[in-house]
Amino acid sequence: MSKGRFGIHGGQYMPETLMNAVIELEEAYNHYKNDPQFNAELTELYNEYAGRPSRLTYAAHMTEKLGGARIYLKREDLNHTGSHKINNVLGQVLLAKKMGKTRVIAETGAGQHGVATATVAALMGMECEIFMGEEDTIRQALNVYRMRLLGAQVHPVKTGTATLKDAVSETMREWTNRIEDTHYVLGSVMGPHPFPTIVRDFQAVISREIKSQILEKEGRLPDVVMACVGGGSNAIGAFYHFIENEEVQLIGCEAAGRGVNTKETAATIATGRLGIFHGMKSYFCQDEYGQIAPVYSISAGLDYPGIGPEHAHLYDTGRAQYVPVTDDEAVEAFEYLSRTEGIIPAIESAHAVAHAMKIAPQMDKDKIIVINISGRGDKDCAAIARYRGEEIYE
Amino acid sequence: MSKIQNAFQNGKAFIPFITCGDPSLAVTEQLVYAMEEAGADLIELGIPFSDPTAEGPVIQAANMRALSQGVTTDDIFEMVFRIRKKTQIPMVFMTYANVIFSYGAERFIRRASELGMDGLILPDLPFEEKEEFDPLCRQYGIDLVSLIAPTSKERISMIAKEASGFVYCVSSLGVTGVRKEIQTDIGAMVKLVKEANDIPCAVGFGISTPEQAARMASLSDGAIVGSAIVKICAAYGEDCVPYVKEYVREMKQACLEE
Repeated sequence: MSKGRFGIHGGQYMPETLMNAVIELEEAYNHYKNDPQFNAELTELYNEYAGRPSRLTYAAHMTEKLGGARIYLKREDLNHTGSHKINNVLGQVLLAKKMGKTRVIAETGAGQHGVATATVAALMGMECEIFMGEEDTIRQALNVYRMRLLGAQVHPVKTGTATLKDAVSETMREWTNRIEDTHYVLGSVMGPHPFPTIVRDFQAVISREIKSQILEKEGRLPDVVMACVGGGSNAIGAFYHFIENEEVQLIGCEAAGRGVNTKETAATIATGRLGIFHGMKSYFCQDEYGQIAPVYSISAGLDYPGIGPEHAHLYDTGRAQYVPVTDDEAVEAFEYLSRTEGIIPAIESAHAVAHAMKIAPQMDKDKIIVINISGRGDKDCAAIARYRGEEIYE
Repeated sequence: MSKIQNAFQNGKAFIPFITCGDPSLAVTEQLVYAMEEAGADLIELGIPFSDPTAEGPVIQAANMRALSQGVTTDDIFEMVFRIRKKTQIPMVFMTYANVIFSYGAERFIRRASELGMDGLILPDLPFEEKEEFDPLCRQYGIDLVSLIAPTSKERISMIAKEASGFVYCVSSLGVTGVRKEIQTDIGAMVKLVKEANDIPCAVGFGISTPEQAARMASLSDGAIVGSAIVKICAAYGEDCVPYVKEYVREMKQACLEE
């Protein structure tokens, strides 16, 4: 079995043209991950630039209204650029800089990863090009403007379904075109080895903080940690340091779109099967001949037909559970958290909030749930207004 | 040993690529016969995939056209069955790992072998992952073709040593598609292959003119052309056969005159 496996998943299913690039990346990462200087610089960036550690907020009203488990919100929405994406981008761009790269490229779905990459490229003086499905440039027009404002060039991707998967494909194609000076800042725990491991390690700061914060506030570990899952970077970040604590239940919330019994869904664990795509073996939404399915979700960030290989393995072993959440449920949760706690979550994160609303009332009052609020929802307001039949102009 | 060896017995080889089902499987079948008559030595049949990450815009569009006709792997197998009643020209499938994996690797490779296919080219299956399919390919007598790229450097001899059929030498960085010029030192890449293994080496990616084909063939054992042919298919649709045939004749001639 080749490198970078999580059980049977993972691997390096990449064009030969990129093999030396991913091998070079792996060697550089293995060197710098244990380098005190690198880690000191990264921690400085996390704390002084991104605003870490992010808060762990007790959701008092939500807890009271639902009448069950005590609910805490991990506030990745408070990070600079408004989501967890910055954790990974700071790590990867710093690494790229150490490797002597001068240009970064990235895919983006909702635009959060693109904005984070453009931001850090501006900070570190790197050239930056972002690939975004044309459909998503329309859904997330404000983020396109933010990326341009930050000095990045944004390429609308018109191929295929013109969404996140096509943006990933196009960024891979661009990387084969120009490798020498360019690093591909992959935005999720997916793609060929070593990306799923690198991205997970940079996002694991989330669970490291949750663990110490909850021990301080409650004197014990939570009963449930939950997060939304597209590729799965915020979820793996929230899960990682709890994997060893078997008593902590881990729940990933997938985007069911209009429902897992419809074709308009992006729930990979619920509807996909084992396959090989975008550099990895994992579960993918696909037809009987292996053609990748044109998935759908209201959330551009979860609108991806696959799931990271480590999640696929956590599912296989039963260590984590994955549940589908529909557009309707996510929109309701988006509005609910806004009204109840004065926190507007990203529509992606609202998928996790929705599932918490289902399970919290069934749990005893001495149980603890932590929901990872992976991003803030300002970017989604226009789309949610439209969903509710109201046209607003930004 | 598969029939791929035969492809390199008629002077420098010319290897055309077409996407199955673009514009229809009936035309694909006719293209195979026409290209053989025009002097093609080995034919690459592309099985369309929804997300062909190694392809440029021309072949991406051909994949989409074929899939929108509803072409499936089983339809393509049936077409190969019909073709094999008429010709034994060496043929390989070019597609992506998920097409094989999803069909069931053994089921796919056994079927391809029974139908008389000779090889398989998978641009998203590097040396490190070839165990996924290579043991089955060897078992059923299918050559799993290895690719080398301008970035491969010290990997070339490792790859060449275990290669079978022929080595596909990727001429340039980037994805498939027509290029004005090819800057890579192809001669040096081919030399590294030959030092490691006595195996034919054909060059592809970016070749469209007879001059390029002649030059690439002079540095190797043959030239592979995809996008330039797919462009003709796109331009003439159902009527493309004579145009492709004439183009292939010209290109094979160029390979021979190098």
